[in-house]
Amino acid sequence: MLTLECPYCGVKAEETELQPGGEAHLKRYGPGSTDEEFDGYMFSRKNPKGVHFERWRHAYGCGKWFLAARCTATLEVFGTYPAQTSEPPAELQAKIKAKRPNWEGYK
Amino acid sequence: MSTRLSKGGRLIDRSKPMGFTFNGKRMQGYQGDTLASALLGADQMLVGRSFKYHRPRGIVASGAEEPNALVGLGQGGRFEPNQRVTTTELFDGAVTESQNHWPSLDFDVGAVNDKLYKFFPAGFYYKTFMFPRAAWKHVFEPIVRQSAGLGKVPTARDEDRYEYAYGFADLVIVGGGIAGLTAALSAGRKGQRVWLIEQTAHWGGRAPVDGVEIDGKPADEWVRTAVETLEKMENVTLRLRTMASGLYDHGYLLAYERVADHTPGDGRPRHRLWRMRAGHVMTATGAIERPLSFAGNDVPGVMLASAVRDYVANWAVSPGDRTVIVTNNDDAYRTALTLLEAGLAVPAVIDARPEAKGALPEAVRARGVRVLTGHGVAKVKGAKRVTGVSVCMQAGEGAEIETIACDAIAMSGGWSPVVHLWSHCGGKLTWDEDHAMFRPDPTRPATGADGAAMVTAIGSANGMLRAADAVADAHMAAGSEGTAPKAVSAEEAPMSPVWIMPEGAGPALRMKMWLDYQNDVKVSDVQLAAREGYESVEHTKRYTTLGMATDQGKLSNINGLAVLSDALHQAIPATGTTTFRPPYTPISIGAIAGEARGEIFQPLRKTPMHDWHEVHGAHWEPVGQWRRPYCYLRTGEGVHDAVNREIRAIRNSVGLLDASTLGKIIVKGPDAGRFLDMLYTNMMSTLAVGKCRYGLMCTENGFLSDDGVVARLSEDTWLCHTTTGGAERIHGWMEDWLQCEWWDWKVYTANVTEEYAQVAVAGPNARKVLEKLGGMDVSKDAHGFMEWREGTLGGFRARVYRISFSGELSYEIAVPASEGRAFWDALLAAGEEFGVTPYGTEAMHIMRAEKGFIMIGDETDGTVIPQDLNLQWAISKKKTDYLGKRAQERSYMVSPDRWKLVGLETLDGSVIPDGAYAVADGVNANGQRNMQGRVTSTYYSPTLNKGIAMGLVKHGPDRMGEVLDFPVDDGKVIKARIVDPVFYDKDGEKQNV
Ligand SMILES: [Zn+2]
Repeated sequence: MLTLECPYCGVKAEETELQPGGEAHLKRYGPGSTDEEFDGYMFSRKNPKGVHFERWRHAYGCGKWFLAARCTATLEVFGTYPAQTSEPPAELQAKIKAKRPNWEGYK
Repeated sequence: MSTRLSKGGRLIDRSKPMGFTFNGKRMQGYQGDTLASALLGADQMLVGRSFKYHRPRGIVASGAEEPNALVGLGQGGRFEPNQRVTTTELFDGAVTESQNHWPSLDFDVGAVNDKLYKFFPAGFYYKTFMFPRAAWKHVFEPIVRQSAGLGKVPTARDEDRYEYAYGFADLVIVGGGIAGLTAALSAGRKGQRVWLIEQTAHWGGRAPVDGVEIDGKPADEWVRTAVETLEKMENVTLRLRTMASGLYDHGYLLAYERVADHTPGDGRPRHRLWRMRAGHVMTATGAIERPLSFAGNDVPGVMLASAVRDYVANWAVSPGDRTVIVTNNDDAYRTALTLLEAGLAVPAVIDARPEAKGALPEAVRARGVRVLTGHGVAKVKGAKRVTGVSVCMQAGEGAEIETIACDAIAMSGGWSPVVHLWSHCGGKLTWDEDHAMFRPDPTRPATGADGAAMVTAIGSANGMLRAADAVADAHMAAGSEGTAPKAVSAEEAPMSPVWIMPEGAGPALRMKMWLDYQNDVKVSDVQLAAREGYESVEHTKRYTTLGMATDQGKLSNINGLAVLSDALHQAIPATGTTTFRPPYTPISIGAIAGEARGEIFQPLRKTPMHDWHEVHGAHWEPVGQWRRPYCYLRTGEGVHDAVNREIRAIRNSVGLLDASTLGKIIVKGPDAGRFLDMLYTNMMSTLAVGKCRYGLMCTENGFLSDDGVVARLSEDTWLCHTTTGGAERIHGWMEDWLQCEWWDWKVYTANVTEEYAQVAVAGPNARKVLEKLGGMDVSKDAHGFMEWREGTLGGFRARVYRISFSGELSYEIAVPASEGRAFWDALLAAGEEFGVTPYGTEAMHIMRAEKGFIMIGDETDGTVIPQDLNLQWAISKKKTDYLGKRAQERSYMVSPDRWKLVGLETLDGSVIPDGAYAVADGVNANGQRNMQGRVTSTYYSPTLNKGIAMGLVKHGPDRMGEVLDFPVDDGKVIKARIVDPVFYDKDGEKQNV
């Protein structure tokens, strides 16, 4: 049962307070996109063994969605950050790279 | 026989005798006894029968590892099966009964299985019951049902209460032996917030029994001082009778405290489940002794050597008058010394090692005991009780050299660290060749949120089997604060692994060597599994059921995988262990449920009118966490009659529905219109202030998710109604898009569902009721269909929506929740002259079906798009985008072959069962009848006096008038005609007056 710190209210929230929202930093494809693009957006997920970026909502707390970077294998949490961004903060990326030199980036 | 000794017993208080019964027989023990020591003290060695062969079973161990001695404990509302006697404290008046036998413990019919062992080999479930097929139902199953299963299921409601508690600590130390105490002292001195928990009722673990001295004092004395010191530290919390059940992600630890098992009915909660967060966990969980695999090692009277000395030293109980020790290590000699000290006979020590020259064996020899090195046990004599042991050479095939008469056998195959907690969250093990055991690999611990080790194993749980090493290890691991305690114990010579005794035992002997006592898995079973190709230890476990009993293989696992490794000709570490899973020992269902039972099993949501409904015969229907009246029962009235009465009343006069549960979400801001245009399939930004519009919401995958009426309250404010169950979900959905995708849009949302009470006033006389209340002009001209008005109605601040889900003239009126009940009463009074009738959800459902209105959850199931329900009129053609639009453009979403909504009318007027399928000609690839449609809603319509239904049918709207076959139970087929789904008032004249 994970604990993640909500970047909005600062609470170290236990998993029971949180609602999971799957992979973060997906690009939405709407009308006009190709079948492949839409299919990828709708259904294709990375599901890595290792560094992963996820969406979580502090559902039983402040109600805010936030993003978390963690290792799916060891459950190490590299950091959490607000959802209003299209890519992970640079310093978080640097921190992950330092800890996981073989990491190929969030894309 | 086993007896109570006249002297000694460090844990019992002879001044406090306690009476109890076993299978109706009166017995007596003392305060401080476990049920096990009390039973043994009363000469009750035989306590149960094994699972498969119904072999007589005695007490083997003295702690959590006990596989055999499970009893039914208590009576009525305090009866619980499968209570392990070795870990259950005796209390005065305890009522116990043995399990798994019929008709009696001494004479058990199921024991015939023992004679039929050839037919119950490994995997017998898979082999024996296969053919002939009918035999399972008529022969095997009835027998298995009668004789299988451990214990009886309680029948009375549990009289005890249980609770959750929450704990937070920098360090949780699991295990209150000398290692745990040492670590707690060091960490406590450092000022850490420390929890030290111990599963038994006593501190100190094994050290006091094993004759350890610490800092020049007997272990008992050192332990007492250590506990006193810790009790004085404010940052240290001590908990006895608390077992760490499981360790999970990020230091989440579940601990099970048996608060009042030993004082039943004293008003305290029986069990407490601690949900803890630990910064770090130290496992000081000790080690468990292994049995030896020799023929007849399951006969009552064969016990672990450590257990024998526990019973003597702790409880002054002698398991036998003459105890033969069988061992492969020096530690078991301590048992001989303890027995001799108590004045009991040790006819011989049978040591499988070629020589035994350590301090402990020499001390035993010095007492005149025969030590037979290089020997083993060929066979145990006796059935329900050991009568002797047949001795052979360990290196041979089991030829008997001599028989030694004895009534107990103390065996030791070495020790295995308790690595469960270490392993629960991913900690890895390493094979220790010297002690033939798996121990925690400190280089591969479970890691926490920061990526660092979350667990440290200390003491014998870390493989430090000698007291001096254990204490030094614990002190260092906990930061070496203060002086390190110095422990002294006798030197021990190396042990020598023995997995089968004797080494060359043939099939006849191997068939009587038990590995798993509870599940009756023998050496021969594991070897058979290996021959049949089971190479993975996990597969072998499932095939043979090794380690799958309630003790989870605490005694059997290592011995079993050693036998498997030998059969597979590979080293033990190559075979590996099975997965260690929580809980460490079983915990009660009551503890897991905690306080969540009865009224507080789940919180209920109640509308402001709830109490009125209750008093007036509400037949409740759960809708999410709400309770809504399904109908209101009058005296002597059935549910069906009540629903029909309610519908007729509305269609002919007027009815009231408590609609407060409908979701109500305010969406406000400069970009609110734009946002709602994305959320709904139709256009909401163009809705005029003062108007209402029915809207549909879809998922990004195109499927219908929710529906409801949207009202535009002001230039920048909309109020969105959702389904009763959908309010929180839809509010969350809105927030998701606003926070994560369109975060630069200026929109606020607020879920105001519970701020308003809402009442539907429906029926031809609805307007008259409102006019009687007075205060607002609700005439057709002043307040048109699909419009809302705000004002004061009968003195209540009200927002009145003219919308209809029943097809009748209808108003839905929202008032502040705090005024809801008063408003409801006012409506009842105003409606009295019209015979106003409160109605429930079922009348609402039927009336909407009569009108052909869809219901989320009935017509939709997560695979239905609006187009399937002929709702194209509610999908904007002008919008370039809305959630679900791209998905609905996919080829299979626009296929003309999709099943579409139609009405269904049975030819005989009956009601089609819900979910019935319409069959088509031919069969599919699996040989099943082809289908062409299904029923989504079906009711008896009191308005039309016949069955009506809606369903999804392939090409349905193009097949009006066609008759479909719906096969139902018993070969019966219901015929139904495809019709327009609007059964009642097709032109909408009733709602438009
Ligand atoms: Zn928060």
